Amino acid sequence: MGTLKNSSLLLFSAVAFAVFAAGGSPCFAQIDINIHTATTKMDSHVYGFTGHAFDDGQGRPDAGAQLYRRYCIGCHGPGGDGTGENAMWFDPTMGYEKPRDFTEAVFKCRSTPTGTLPTDDDIFDAITRGFVTTNMPSWRPLTEQERANLVAMVKSFSPRWEKEKAGTPITIPAETPATIESILHGRELFQNIQCWKCHGSAGKGDGPSAATLTDTKGEPIRPFDFADSDRFKCGETNRDMYRDFMTGLDGTPMPSFSDNIKPEEGWDLVHFLRTLMTTIKTPERATFDSWVKSHPGQLKPLGEQAPPGTAD
Amino acid sequence: MLKRLAPVKRSHLALLLNSISILIVLLLLSFGITNTEPTYAMPPLHSLRPIPAFARKYGLPCSACHTAWPELNYFGLAFRDRGYQLGNERDSPIWQNPSYWPATVRITPNWHLERTTNQIVDSTPAGSLGGNVTQQGFDLSGMDFWLAGTLYKNISFSILPSSDSTATFHFENAFVRFDNLAKTPWLNVQVGRFELDNLISEKRFLFLSANGGLYQNYHFTPVGDANIFGIGDNQIGVTIQGHSENSYTRYSLSVLQSNDGGVNFTSSVTAPGAADNLTGRTFDLFGSFTQGFQTGSLGLQRIQPFFYYGHRATVFNQTVGGVAIAGTGTGNVPFYRVGVQSDFYLGKFEFLPFFQHAKDNVYLANSIPSNTPLLPGMQDAVWNGGFIETHYYWNPQLVLTQRYEIVRVSQQGLNTTASNQGNTDAYSFGLRWYPIMFSRAGLAWHMEYSRVKSIGVVPLSGDGSGNPPLLPTTPVWSSSAFIGFDFDF
Repeated sequence: MGTLKNSSLLLFSAVAFAVFAAGGSPCFAQIDINIHTATTKMDSHVYGFTGHAFDDGQGRPDAGAQLYRRYCIGCHGPGGDGTGENAMWFDPTMGYEKPRDFTEAVFKCRSTPTGTLPTDDDIFDAITRGFVTTNMPSWRPLTEQERANLVAMVKSFSPRWEKEKAGTPITIPAETPATIESILHGRELFQNIQCWKCHGSAGKGDGPSAATLTDTKGEPIRPFDFADSDRFKCGETNRDMYRDFMTGLDGTPMPSFSDNIKPEEGWDLVHFLRTLMTTIKTPERATFDSWVKSHPGQLKPLGEQAPPGTAD
Repeated sequence: MLKRLAPVKRSHLALLLNSISILIVLLLLSFGITNTEPTYAMPPLHSLRPIPAFARKYGLPCSACHTAWPELNYFGLAFRDRGYQLGNERDSPIWQNPSYWPATVRITPNWHLERTTNQIVDSTPAGSLGGNVTQQGFDLSGMDFWLAGTLYKNISFSILPSSDSTATFHFENAFVRFDNLAKTPWLNVQVGRFELDNLISEKRFLFLSANGGLYQNYHFTPVGDANIFGIGDNQIGVTIQGHSENSYTRYSLSVLQSNDGGVNFTSSVTAPGAADNLTGRTFDLFGSFTQGFQTGSLGLQRIQPFFYYGHRATVFNQTVGGVAIAGTGTGNVPFYRVGVQSDFYLGKFEFLPFFQHAKDNVYLANSIPSNTPLLPGMQDAVWNGGFIETHYYWNPQLVLTQRYEIVRVSQQGLNTTASNQGNTDAYSFGLRWYPIMFSRAGLAWHMEYSRVKSIGVVPLSGDGSGNPPLLPTTPVWSSSAFIGFDFDF
């Protein structure tokens, strides 16, 4: 009896030791989960919440680093450079964008002018909203405090945040009525500033330049297909669309058009872009279709066949 | 052999003292491991439910959806509420590589020890006497081979053939789900066999041993009660569910067959022909409402009141060769369960309190047909129970667990029954360590100790000889020690 008792204990102990010993050995270390950042002092201030990247001894168990390790590290990597264990499986040629490299502090979705850092609110909104057509989900189920902590964590990967302040958000004027005049003027803008070169004359993302586009990392990138979805990466409202082409989507070929379009004209372009969306019913499209029916032959083609200024 | 190994053990003792594993070793010492008793059939070990197929599909680590797999965190719960979709316009399988196969397999090779007191065992040369039964050895858990995914945008499915450790399979769940009906997250429909919307899921919890691997409250019925029902059992029927965008507010309303999730109009998926698998043609109702509250850095707090109202047939008149035909029962009598369960966070601590009040009709409580007269002293059976479970998340790869659970019968089905017969106390603690955590597969080292005390009846874990003690007032202590490698691919 004693022999069996000892052997059971010995076996149990041996297994316990073997597992714990293995835990510190290289065989479990093929995936780096040790987060390394540019700074450990980063905070965020979002919608009344103050987020913290690290615990810094204040007893904040939900600090950003813990959350980042739990939710984000698989794609964005322990260094925040977008090289997590899953990154290699995202194939941009199939439309799946690589994870964001936080060390560059270059963000698509901002309320601030091109080339500037986004506000904390911008990053918070991106985490909350997620990025449609990518594997970045909406993290809305996380509490606001947790998302604020993640904002601080995202910022901690780049030294830019210690040297620069976030840009000043652009001013977005009140939306103008979506009249046929506004839509037609927007169509003219679409032609003149050459949106069609990437997005195509029907907005299907198949313009003559579409196949050649790459992001700043050299990865292929596709222009948005307005005919396929009404959900943009940076938001779904008219206001979001306006902001997108006024600030540009940094890191992508989509530039800022704030120097090419007057603030009030921006709404005309928004109204025209809404007519390109065939997956939903929009009032702009109804207005436009009605006008086209009542004005046969008056609409000139968009794209290379139409010289600038002759869209309508 | 022992002489060679003994020094090794001593040389590593210092290391072990620095690890949590020593706690289990000491427990085993105090437990008194012996192997002198005869061996019996080992009890089945319980299985749990994570789905790394989704982790592979979306490239998210296990920890994104699980506090510690298989338990869902609030992001995972929202993912499930959305019909296993991220809502990124890429959920439909048409967007996946054709080689993607939404399957996962899970089993837990383990060593475990079961010890049960006051068991009726044969004496020498004849007769029976009360004794302790200890069983120990290497073993396998049951196995899950789960397929789950989306058929199309907003249409998802799950098929879970699950076996016990002898590879006898049944469908643990099988359902199709339609989400965002009328373009709102408040209207989703699920049809098939599925787990009830229990905020504290028994299918996704962090205990594996024979005694710890079930919530006593989810399956308890008093002595002499014929009701085969467990609120933790998967049920068959249709559910309407809805949720807010972040799933902080949720509801669930189910219409269920009155057979505890059985198929072929029986109440059991594994034991056709058994006397307890005869059912009627009624339906049960289950409803729950969940509300979450943000509490700053403490985290998200949830609370869920729930109810289950059902009927069970007690009269079976249609027979063939004297054997009642399943699904033809009449004489339906009611029972109900009502309670509240919660999920509270205090930083790295998670608390899962549960309370339930339950009542079974007098005919169920005494296992008699409802068309027969009641005997003096027969009455409804009423009981209350609850537990509090605590998790401490050291980090996403290490969780410590404990649970204390009680069930108290407040009214026996027969008033001559000892008032405390069936009363149950259960305690479990353990840890799960995930040496690897990424999006392709999962491995957990699981250690657990559990102990259950039931007055006058065999504990629900069903180990030992499976018999109650000689006296109805004598407690039966049933203990489990478990160490295993829980893997899922």
